Amino acid sequence: MFAAVIYSPILPRKPLINIQHLARLARLSIDDQAEQSARDHLANIIAMIDSMRSVDTDNVVPMAHPMDATQRLREDKVTENVDRDQFQANAPATAQGYYLVPQVIDSGE
Amino acid sequence: MHSFATLRQLSTGLENGEFSAVELATHYLALIASNQQINGFITVDEERTLAIAVKADTDRAHGRATPLTGVPIAHKDIFCTQGMLTTCGSKMLHNFVAPYDATVVYALDQAGAVTLGKTNMDEFAMGSSNENSFFGAVTNPWHIEHVPGGSSGGSAAVVAAGLAPAATGTDTGGSIRQPAAFCGITGLKPTYGRVSRYGMIAFASSLDQGGALTRDAEDSALLLSYMAGYDKKDSTSVQRQDQWLTDIPSAGIGNPAEKLTIGLPTEYFIDIDAGYIDQVRQTFEQLGHKCVDVSLSHTDVAIAAYYVIAGAEASTNLSRYDGVRFGHRCEQPESLHDLYQRSRSEGLGAEVQRRILTGTYALSVGYFDAYYLKAQKIRRLIAEDFTAALTQADVILTPTTPAPAFRLNALTKDPVAMYQQDKFTVPVSLAGLPALSMPCGFVEGLPVGAQLIAPAFREDLLLGLAKQYQTETDWHLATPQTHAGSA
Amino acid sequence: MNWQSVIGLELHVQLATQSKIFSGASTTFGAPPNSQACAVDLGLPGVLPVLNQQAVVMAIKFGLAIGAKINLNSIFDRKNYFYPDLPKGYQISQFETPIVGAGNILVHMADGSTRDIRITRAHLEEDAGKSIHDLFPGQTAIDLNRTGTPLLEIVSEPDFRTASEAATYFRQVHGLVRYLKICDGNLAQGSMRCDANVSVRPVGQEALGERTEIKNINSFRFVERAIEYEIERQIDVLENGGIIERETRLYDEIKDETRSMRSKELSEDYRYFPDPDLLPLQVSESLLTQIKQSMPELPEARRNRYHKDLELSQYDATWLSADPDVAEYFEVAMKHCGNAKTTANWVMGELSAHLNRYDVPIEQAPVSAVQLGVLIQRLDDQTLSSKTAKTLFEALWANSPQSDTDALGDSDPSTAIDAQIQTLGLKQISNSGELESIIDTILADHPQQLEQLRNGKDKVLGFFVGQVMKLTQGKANPAQVNDIIRAKI
Repeated sequence: MFAAVIYSPILPRKPLINIQHLARLARLSIDDQAEQSARDHLANIIAMIDSMRSVDTDNVVPMAHPMDATQRLREDKVTENVDRDQFQANAPATAQGYYLVPQVIDSGE
Repeated sequence: MHSFATLRQLSTGLENGEFSAVELATHYLALIASNQQINGFITVDEERTLAIAVKADTDRAHGRATPLTGVPIAHKDIFCTQGMLTTCGSKMLHNFVAPYDATVVYALDQAGAVTLGKTNMDEFAMGSSNENSFFGAVTNPWHIEHVPGGSSGGSAAVVAAGLAPAATGTDTGGSIRQPAAFCGITGLKPTYGRVSRYGMIAFASSLDQGGALTRDAEDSALLLSYMAGYDKKDSTSVQRQDQWLTDIPSAGIGNPAEKLTIGLPTEYFIDIDAGYIDQVRQTFEQLGHKCVDVSLSHTDVAIAAYYVIAGAEASTNLSRYDGVRFGHRCEQPESLHDLYQRSRSEGLGAEVQRRILTGTYALSVGYFDAYYLKAQKIRRLIAEDFTAALTQADVILTPTTPAPAFRLNALTKDPVAMYQQDKFTVPVSLAGLPALSMPCGFVEGLPVGAQLIAPAFREDLLLGLAKQYQTETDWHLATPQTHAGSA
Repeated sequence: MNWQSVIGLELHVQLATQSKIFSGASTTFGAPPNSQACAVDLGLPGVLPVLNQQAVVMAIKFGLAIGAKINLNSIFDRKNYFYPDLPKGYQISQFETPIVGAGNILVHMADGSTRDIRITRAHLEEDAGKSIHDLFPGQTAIDLNRTGTPLLEIVSEPDFRTASEAATYFRQVHGLVRYLKICDGNLAQGSMRCDANVSVRPVGQEALGERTEIKNINSFRFVERAIEYEIERQIDVLENGGIIERETRLYDEIKDETRSMRSKELSEDYRYFPDPDLLPLQVSESLLTQIKQSMPELPEARRNRYHKDLELSQYDATWLSADPDVAEYFEVAMKHCGNAKTTANWVMGELSAHLNRYDVPIEQAPVSAVQLGVLIQRLDDQTLSSKTAKTLFEALWANSPQSDTDALGDSDPSTAIDAQIQTLGLKQISNSGELESIIDTILADHPQQLEQLRNGKDKVLGFFVGQVMKLTQGKANPAQVNDIIRAKI
């Protein structure tokens, strides 16, 4: 696990950044030229955020949200009238009411 | 009418028949057309503006007026406007016409405000200088070689330049307060949950909050009173009844309590030349308030926690920009993967891509605990710091920024240095508290701001103190034309 | 080598709400493409999800029904991946804290044995849209109507050892969710879909073998066949010295085989984290109490009642209680005639055979439950013989006079049926004088057989009864005929 690498005091602190892997996860294309600068930028940012290590957070409950409130629910009612033409006016490629993308081979559904 | 009039003044003028809404709109549209060098607007639709102004005049003539009826305002281009472009400063959305209004836009429309246009901003609100806009950088009206701050830089600049009396903005880590300080105007970031986020394009959902950039505290209060409120379309918006808020349109801001305790966090004054805050302090003391030192001990790690949390949330909030249902799509995609990668890489700017990568990294298998979870724990520590400090003091006073507006291109090569510009505004955002920046002086000819921070949902304290300060001082009345530092 | 298969199932149950889980768009099936995908479903900029309370209530009902722990505080997370039918680039789901925790389902196998299956969890999530690959050449068409339909994903432990156990469980959960009225159970429309995790290991080995996941199976039969195929495939690979790779496979119904699917992500890193647009979900004790009070009788309770109170066999009790519509039909018919055993026989026999033959769901059976009840009444009061009862059933099925009775409003359904018995001349001959003369004629016509009967050859009795039934077109009561013949010799 990478997590072990991060916490390990004997291994170098500089984390391993696989830019192409991250770019793939985020569906961004980063060419070879841009890769080095992206890696440098990210390394700088990671060095900055690594300052968090200095803080003892044992027994601290993570705070996902500024309000310690709970969720409001809605009633189960149909309230939306869909104007498909209006929505699809923004779409780059449609036909017969469908959105189109290049053929997907082997459905990943 | 004069260009640096406040909303209240314009409202009074309309009420007294000194000018009509159409005349007012025409006046501002002409100013906007002849002052394009600051690049504050992305979209201006004169016809649409005038049509709304005509309706406002009719409504006023029929006695259906609120204080905002016929008063022009500008919207940050992050708020969706039905039938009008909403770009969020991005090539990705350069052609996007929302089929709905943001709740904030709808509420201000209902109140009769006349939209002048959509203001420039850092792409997807990611930036502290407004240099990250697909539509070009915005310049600071006080000095065209300096940045106006960001991400609501267009809103701040047009208000400071007198091209609009007020504008909406959004604040995720300081995006209202920092540009307000850099441009010498008043900026209010309300408590998280006070203003609906529906139709406000998301950057970091647990931090984003809509607010106001205005000439003074009274105008911020007026805008807030119409923007605030529970919205069933945003389940994180809060249902509350605050009488002081309901009273604002008719009575304005109430006076603050006579003797408030104002806390100055020592961590905010390290390595900072903030003599101007001493003067603010003295003014408040002369007004009978008491100033004390408080401590916000996790201030130095706030930026780190913020960039992890905001990056993580943004990285997934921006996954919907895939070139399928709306927005930029690359030419001739060869495959689905090609469609995604090229559309996104072409449509999103460098800083946005950087933050997406940071967020993706922080959420990845193996890094989640070390970064995301750690950042959330620090977020709690920071919130607890504020809770503790706000038991010792009613309100906290800090400089809004470490320094006045920097020069264009000064920090673009060094994102991390750029991020440090937000170190006084970010902690408040993490805690979800309300804060206000008000002009309080000049450093090297550029305006600087003081930040006031209050407990959750106590914007009344901020507005009351700021109004009191602005009654005693006239920093907020300075304009780029009148001030010596003006370019 | 002897192998043991280990199977776990994930069932995706579409909850029967009016509107989507996070938007106010309709969930109706079969609308024109993208006509039910609103701004929230499309993931347009700036829109926000707002949770549907009914989806929460339905999930809790399921949890209560399987005796699971209900998590009063649960969290919605984002599961991040790109696919064109997933508009936001993430699915809102529940990862670490699902609304329904661990529970149990007792699965009743056809042979009367049971399996106690542990349910790991059940969580709420949003359904994705549909990708259609064969509509436009070179393009995949995206319909987002299904996007945002509420799903309850029910995850079992790997507690099944055979494909048949897994399929029986699927059927049983199908019955349960319909009892609870939380899903319409329409498999053809994808209202319930199954993913199966399958592995094999040598008998006696404790460690699990590497597993594969078969995705998106939507019929009971195909679940069984897909798993059977996959077990055999894995054994075959292993016996030939191969190894099983963890992968996702699709079941091809036509070729009856599973095949490898190209993986969705090179490495599945979904980057789950709490959705910042949705605060923690808190279920109040009062809502929980309210839901508890609204729970219907569950199949297990009904099964026990049929077995203990109605004295039906275990098999019959399980059969009749499994499906809520069947159970409802049975109860209405049974209440009308008061004869549980005969009603059970008719529902499981004649009615079920007809439903299967004509492929009609029980709630649309041309013979209504009340009509069947009347029919059984007439059997019990000996108006009908078992043969004429079947004739009447056929007639009722063919003429579907149910609608006639409905048209008559409140009129007693037995009146209509009695009239039909009269019209068709199905009334049993119970007049012993009439029967006796018929029997006399037959005995006289068959002196040889009569002699055999007199010599104690009891088998011949059946021959005479048969002759009588033939001559009366089944309207005689065989028992009565028996008695009369015996008396005569």
